[in-house]
Amino acid sequence: MTTSIQEESSQTRLVLRATDVWKSYDDGAISVLKGVNFEAIQGQTVALCGPSGCGKSTLLHLLGGLDEPDRGHISVNGVELHRHRSRLHLLRHEIGFVFQMHNLIPDLTLEENCLIPTVAAGVDRQTARARLKLLTDSTGLSHRLHNRIQKLSGGERQRTALCRALMNSPRILLADEPTGSLDEGTSTTVFQLLLDIAATEGVTLVMATHDRALAEQCDRLVEMHDGRIREPESI
Amino acid sequence: MIFLKLIFTNLLRHRIRSLISIAGIAFSVAAMLTIVTILQGAVGMFSGILSSDSEIIVFERNVSDLFFSNVPADAVAEIASWPIVQHADPVLFGIVSSSDHPIITCFGITPSDARLRKATWLTGDSANFAKHSDDVVLGERAAEFLHATLGNFVAIGHGTFHVIGIVKTANGFEDGGVFMPLSSAQSFFHKEGSSSVITIKLHDKKDAAEFKSMVKAKFPTLIGLEDEEFTRSYSQFKILKATAWAVGGCGLLLGGLGVANTMIMSVFTRIREIAILRVSGFSNLQIAGMIFGESALVSVLGAVSGLLIGSAFLFTLKLVPALHGYVDVTIQAVVVLIVIVLALLTGVAGALYPAIYAMRIRAVEALRFE
Repeated sequence: MTTSIQEESSQTRLVLRATDVWKSYDDGAISVLKGVNFEAIQGQTVALCGPSGCGKSTLLHLLGGLDEPDRGHISVNGVELHRHRSRLHLLRHEIGFVFQMHNLIPDLTLEENCLIPTVAAGVDRQTARARLKLLTDSTGLSHRLHNRIQKLSGGERQRTALCRALMNSPRILLADEPTGSLDEGTSTTVFQLLLDIAATEGVTLVMATHDRALAEQCDRLVEMHDGRIREPESI
Repeated sequence: MIFLKLIFTNLLRHRIRSLISIAGIAFSVAAMLTIVTILQGAVGMFSGILSSDSEIIVFERNVSDLFFSNVPADAVAEIASWPIVQHADPVLFGIVSSSDHPIITCFGITPSDARLRKATWLTGDSANFAKHSDDVVLGERAAEFLHATLGNFVAIGHGTFHVIGIVKTANGFEDGGVFMPLSSAQSFFHKEGSSSVITIKLHDKKDAAEFKSMVKAKFPTLIGLEDEEFTRSYSQFKILKATAWAVGGCGLLLGGLGVANTMIMSVFTRIREIAILRVSGFSNLQIAGMIFGESALVSVLGAVSGLLIGSAFLFTLKLVPALHGYVDVTIQAVVVLIVIVLALLTGVAGALYPAIYAMRIRAVEALRFE
């Protein structure tokens, strides 16, 4: 009985799960994921480590509903992704993405870039601006709100991308090499900010990275190699 | 607001390309407006000739052109005697030529015809009209290009005519035409005893339906139409209008292709940006809305510019003395509305493929090449 309750409790906290996930490209010529099993629980920070081409980004894309596995199952917040009421809902409300390149729209200001997800989700302007203030305050970007992206430094751009990803208060943040294009100092700052915000917001962070030193600061480090997950290593 | 900014931003990002597209639509709209307005003006003026102080026109049923219509003189006499008819004026149309001008419109009319009555007589006296069979009255422009003054004899077709008056009218066709007595025109054009049309003025306009029924019953080979009905149904007018819209439409099609090209380039050069919008939760509808919004903006700016260019061009045409009276630059609101709607539709059609392409962009593929 006790075991059953514990299992149920663990199940409810499970926000991401990939079960025997396979993915290939070019009609199967390039096999990227080969039977990956992965789980992440609420509020956990997970680093996906491994060499280039091992499938880290592909796994993140599958977890975020940007792509579909050839085989296997992905569930987000306990709901099978293919059954999810709407992938759009997932992207709008449940998952935020940060990429290696900030992927901001250069002709818009920091504020406008950050408001894009709220426009997509139809969030009212007042709520959106309040949320933006909170995020820019916590990322130290308040004074840059009306600056165009070209005027921002690399670190500021990546922090802007982080704000944009969190605008609709998603419970899951997927970050693909978020510090990969930054110098060492900035990289550490942005990474620390990611961890801080994840902790403050109670967000589950899954981050693909080459940087083992940064990865070791996460709650869990998952090694990937040749499309498979190696023995998970708890920190 | 951000959505609109995305639309504006993208157009401003490639200013020259956007301007070329706007110019494409603008010139197409200007061409369409100019052609349609000129031809509609011409149709209006021709209708004006027929409806001068009359509300119904009677002519031969099923003729392709009024020049081929034959209305017998006895029909004119009988219709004129009907109590509901105030006056019935027979008119014979003919085309003649002079040495320098291959086409001169000739009007065979009676002395009581409203055309001469309402015209401004620059020289001569309307009381002298039709006293002699070789008398003619010239429109002001006809007098100019025939180099004729009062009392001169002018060679028209195979005949020589005595100029007994020069009149000024607001209608270009009349102003460039020759008015001769009906009987002389019948003889000149070998149409003795007939006219092309009868223009009818009733005592009471409400009797129009009854009049038409009477014509149908009494003269099965003739038809009576109210002026508006005639303008709507006359096949030559229909052909002219259809041609105008078709030529204008072709211009707009070219403009639409310009928009399509711009929008395709616009989508191709920001695949990553669209991918990010997708990742940020933009739906297919929102992506398409953005693309259609851009093309609609290009179309609206193009349409407005085109209307201004077209209006300016028409106004300039009106100032050309040789075209005086032939170009009616009254731009009809309905034409403006149709042109704007067509420009918008063209823009939307031009954005159709780019929008579909943008909706099919898969974020994961666009981002994989990071």
